[in-house]
Amino acid sequence: MGKRVGMEVAIASAEAAALCKFDVASVYPITPQSHVAEHLSDIVADGRVDASFITVESEHSALSSAMGASATGARVVTATSSQGLLFMSEVMPITSAMRLPIVMIIANRAVSGPINIWNDHSDIMPMRDTGWISFFADNGQEVVDMVIQAFKVGEDRRVMLPVNVNMDGFQLTHVVEPIIMPDQEEVDKFLPPYKPFAALHPDNCVSMGTLGMPEFFTEAQKSKNVALVNSIKVVREVWKEWETQFGRKYEPIQSYRTEDAEVALVTMGSMGETAEIAVDELRMQGVKAGLLKIKLWRPFPFDDLKKAIKGIKVLAVTDRACSFGGPGGPVFSEIRSALYDVPKKPKVVNYLIGLGGRDVQVENFMDMVRRAAKGKLSEPYEFYGVRG
Amino acid sequence: MTEKKGPETWQEINPGCMVFRKGSAADYHTGSWRAKRPLWENEKCIKCGVCYIYCPEGCITETADGFFEANLDYCKGCGICAHECWPKAIAMVNEEG
Amino acid sequence: MLEIRWHGRGGQGAVTSVELFALAAIAEGKFATGFPSFGTERRGAPVTGFDRVDDKQIKIRSGIYHPDVVVVLDESLVGLVDVAEGLKPGGILLVNTTKSLEDLKKVIRYEGKIATVDASGIAWKELGVPITNTTMLGALVKLTGIVKFESLEEPIKERFGRIAAKNFAAAKSAYEQVKFIN
Repeated sequence: MGKRVGMEVAIASAEAAALCKFDVASVYPITPQSHVAEHLSDIVADGRVDASFITVESEHSALSSAMGASATGARVVTATSSQGLLFMSEVMPITSAMRLPIVMIIANRAVSGPINIWNDHSDIMPMRDTGWISFFADNGQEVVDMVIQAFKVGEDRRVMLPVNVNMDGFQLTHVVEPIIMPDQEEVDKFLPPYKPFAALHPDNCVSMGTLGMPEFFTEAQKSKNVALVNSIKVVREVWKEWETQFGRKYEPIQSYRTEDAEVALVTMGSMGETAEIAVDELRMQGVKAGLLKIKLWRPFPFDDLKKAIKGIKVLAVTDRACSFGGPGGPVFSEIRSALYDVPKKPKVVNYLIGLGGRDVQVENFMDMVRRAAKGKLSEPYEFYGVRG
Repeated sequence: MTEKKGPETWQEINPGCMVFRKGSAADYHTGSWRAKRPLWENEKCIKCGVCYIYCPEGCITETADGFFEANLDYCKGCGICAHECWPKAIAMVNEEG
Repeated sequence: MLEIRWHGRGGQGAVTSVELFALAAIAEGKFATGFPSFGTERRGAPVTGFDRVDDKQIKIRSGIYHPDVVVVLDESLVGLVDVAEGLKPGGILLVNTTKSLEDLKKVIRYEGKIATVDASGIAWKELGVPITNTTMLGALVKLTGIVKFESLEEPIKERFGRIAAKNFAAAKSAYEQVKFIN
């Protein structure tokens, strides 16, 4: 039935991993993920899960040893943020290439410089091309649900890919809020034990992490891409099963009041909840506003996007990261690209907000919608609220 | 080097490019370009096993009667075994032809 | 929805107050979000914490700029920090102090209702340390009535274990002694 408790979201994410009975946690602490690392360590030390905690000396080693453990058939969890994620970035594409279904909990934090420990998405965006499945949680409940779903999706034989679950650093990690923690029995029913496709063992002969000569590399990359693209089917299945068993619905793109919307905001992460309030306020003032909340970032939900934008005239895409010197925010440029061939498409504009923990308020969203509706943007993207 | 048939299409590549065939590295006969080969004089051999330990290719094995020989498919003729042999029981001789 | 801002000093348990208050509300079936001012604080530096409580799901995740209630755990912050900044005119300012209204008005600019309780005194007596977080919880609960006093018991017990009873006693004293001074 699950139990409604008040819990700090970072702690809850570790508790969710514990419910999944992970075998190995290989984690290095970094603000604002540190409570996740500490609590995973407590869980293992208290013997609540029969697991090993590898106390690595860096994030690079965290993911490397996580991969080694996963290659032997262990269910593995890790967690990081910001610079830590960038430090392990050379291992990220290898994890997906080797088809190891590790689950990584990311407390999204701005990437330096200048040094900033607060929330934005500039850590996960450079990882777009690394071949991982990416979920974005809007609140503590979604964090818990997604961690559990991540293991199920990643370990599915049709997928066999690592999954990262993104939660906003501080904005979610350090908030105590009501969460329904599923029971162990419920999770056991939903998530069976991990049966790896192949595992390193003296009795089995398998080579992993092999060399890929130019003659085979293209084929290897296509194979990985096909797996990632097709994984959306499994994500939908798992989310449908989750809804049936737990009663909470998940979609790659969740639409809010878009039935007759003319201008719609697009968000990823917890600011989406603040955006809902803005949409409600605007509607009360007679503005036909709506909201699209992206929960599945990779594989990119092309079909869901095309359905979601029907009838919308202007999309105001918000990004919490900037692709410097590029076309704007990452979410914006991917949406624009995804809609390029769609004959009837909305005008797409971009606001970079909430960078480095800058507070994102209801009034900001309302202002964005009003200006987007008037087509009032001098450039394709803008740093919202920048002084000067 | 023996000819190796690899996967043709992307569908044939194993997930993760895993290789399930045991000892597939053995397909590569690294000894095919050898200039000199080791020759053991068993009368001098004291069966210490130093040549076996030092061979960088790991291609020296112990025979049934306790002496040693190199697997010529893999021996590159580096001469380390002859260099390390205490009783000088190994001679490096030219490859024929 | 009720919005509360706490003022304390790093290491004095302000974050704990924030969490316990949220946990008490959640235990009653309400919705609450409790969060500290995010970041790096050294011991003794002024810190703030926030709580939101409502009967329906709280969607808003931005900061609190116009709280309904401000709680000041440490008297030395008054005058140093503008504790009444943004506090709604119809709100409540709760200060841990024995100062009179006259003296407080010298350093605080707030025209709304002000309440005080000698939380430091109570904490010294009940706990033996000048940590006023649980004490002030009792006072806050009395003033706002948004959470039942009994709802504090479980969260305090879980958090403080052996010394839970003392903390609860401190909260009870503050609950009884807090009063409006205007």
